[in-house]
Amino acid sequence: MTAGAAVLLALALAGAAAPLLAPDPYATDLRARLALPRPGHALGQDSLGRDVLARVMHGARISFAVGATVVALSLLLGVTVGAAAGYLGGWFDEAVARVIDVLLAFPGLLLAIALAAVLGPSLGNVVLALSLLGWTGYARLARAEVAALRQREFVRAAEALGAGPSRIVARHLLPFAAPVLLVQATFGMAGAIVAESSLSFLGLGAPSPLASWGAMIDEGRPFLLVAPQVVVWPGIALATTVLALQLVGDGLRDLLDVRSRVPDRP
Amino acid sequence: MTGSLLRRRLVLLVPTLLGIVTLVFAFLHLVPGDPVEIMLGESAAPADVAALRRELGLDRPLPAQYARFLARAARGDLGRSIVLRTSVARAVAGRYPATLELAGAAFALALGLALPLGVAAALRPGSAVDRGARLVSLAGACLPGFWLGPLLILLFSLRLAWLPVSGRGGLAHLVLPATTLGLGMSAILVRLVRTSMIAALGEDFVRSARAKGAPEWRVVAVHALRNALLPVTTVAGLQAGALLAGAIITETIFAWPGLGRLLVQAIDARDYPLVQGCVLAIGLTYVGINTATDLLQRAIDPRLRDAR
Repeated sequence: MTAGAAVLLALALAGAAAPLLAPDPYATDLRARLALPRPGHALGQDSLGRDVLARVMHGARISFAVGATVVALSLLLGVTVGAAAGYLGGWFDEAVARVIDVLLAFPGLLLAIALAAVLGPSLGNVVLALSLLGWTGYARLARAEVAALRQREFVRAAEALGAGPSRIVARHLLPFAAPVLLVQATFGMAGAIVAESSLSFLGLGAPSPLASWGAMIDEGRPFLLVAPQVVVWPGIALATTVLALQLVGDGLRDLLDVRSRVPDRP
Repeated sequence: MTGSLLRRRLVLLVPTLLGIVTLVFAFLHLVPGDPVEIMLGESAAPADVAALRRELGLDRPLPAQYARFLARAARGDLGRSIVLRTSVARAVAGRYPATLELAGAAFALALGLALPLGVAAALRPGSAVDRGARLVSLAGACLPGFWLGPLLILLFSLRLAWLPVSGRGGLAHLVLPATTLGLGMSAILVRLVRTSMIAALGEDFVRSARAKGAPEWRVVAVHALRNALLPVTTVAGLQAGALLAGAIITETIFAWPGLGRLLVQAIDARDYPLVQGCVLAIGLTYVGINTATDLLQRAIDPRLRDAR
């Protein structure tokens, strides 16, 4: 887990420092199309002569920003809806359960592709599509936790003292759900990063010339034999990021002892 | 008893199916701007625009559109593809077998890899085999198909020239796409087989079997594995459905003429009826697989039969 966290930190720093350290990721140099690694261009250049290292570093910015935003929005939506369902019960709880059932009846990636396809290719739409689909897991966890504790004495006591529903949920119930949600969020971030790259690979995410890892892999495919670096490095960055997030998630799950409540690989 | 269980499970499907069809219907209305203009382009003749609008039913009020879509979808009529100039149902049906072939091969490959490796790892925790299984499971979980696929093409098709780069044909054409698609699933299953096998080996009935003097292979293969396979069935079923979504990317990489590639082509061409048809076909298959898994599980495990 420490190793995973260290790798994540390094990748995040590389992304943060990209505008300072790396050359312009959009600067083309048509005389150096598909050039192999050499001094000044440590990872070589792509089909338009753009620096692969600079694009991989800038790609980290997109991946982390999309991953973090999707997790934040999904958490906000999921926890609000799930906690309300668990606290209120009744028809609202039923309705939320039905909506989640329908959303989960589709493979997630298919829905994301369909949504991104109708909304049009842009990072904003990717975030929107992934957040609209990603909240269900958090909602289920928050709902389960709130519903289980709803009738406990300390909740009754708070109610007797005049605390309103939103205060009870936020101050007395949700803190119990925090560890589970944190673990789920770590895996959720890995999922969101892969999903963004997948959509960008299909041309439904980051529009050209943005340096998304998925889009870079797609652009490099026709030149695989002559310039494998264009495909290889964004993939290594992506796989490393996902691996690091998995390790951190696994570690957090063991540390916070929520193994039984968070599925193995959501 | 099995009949009533089947009936109950199928009744439960109705709201889900209705929800799926509703979502697919809603897609056309999420398109920013006028979907007909986007499909035909701005220079289209007004008569063509009006005709397509009429064909899609967009000239009617929303509830009437919805009712028409439901009624037609129930009959398997999903309208006409704009680009292919044929019925959507026919286009989808034509591509369906290729996707099933690919997903089936990936499923077989994933199980064939995960079962022996997971069991071997569970029998000797901490051994080299166990560490190998852990490596496979981590790697498979972290290598996205759209990266693994091109790398496999580079190594086995372009450098070694052992296997074809793309397309559908004999077994040779199937190897790389099925590996690309199945590896992620085998990674999940290896982990699960290992954990549930370790748990099963620690159960009382395994100890009883050993005490009875059953040979070790029988203890492992019959007593422990049969019980360990229960959770594996659930996850394998869920993952089989997920293979359909993964196939969208794998088919794009390998130019595999299936539903996923058709979907991506339809999206590129802004052929919305065809997009709806592909999404519906994949979604319904996913639900079908999940329902079948559920029923299969109840058939295997007597404890689940009285539940619900």
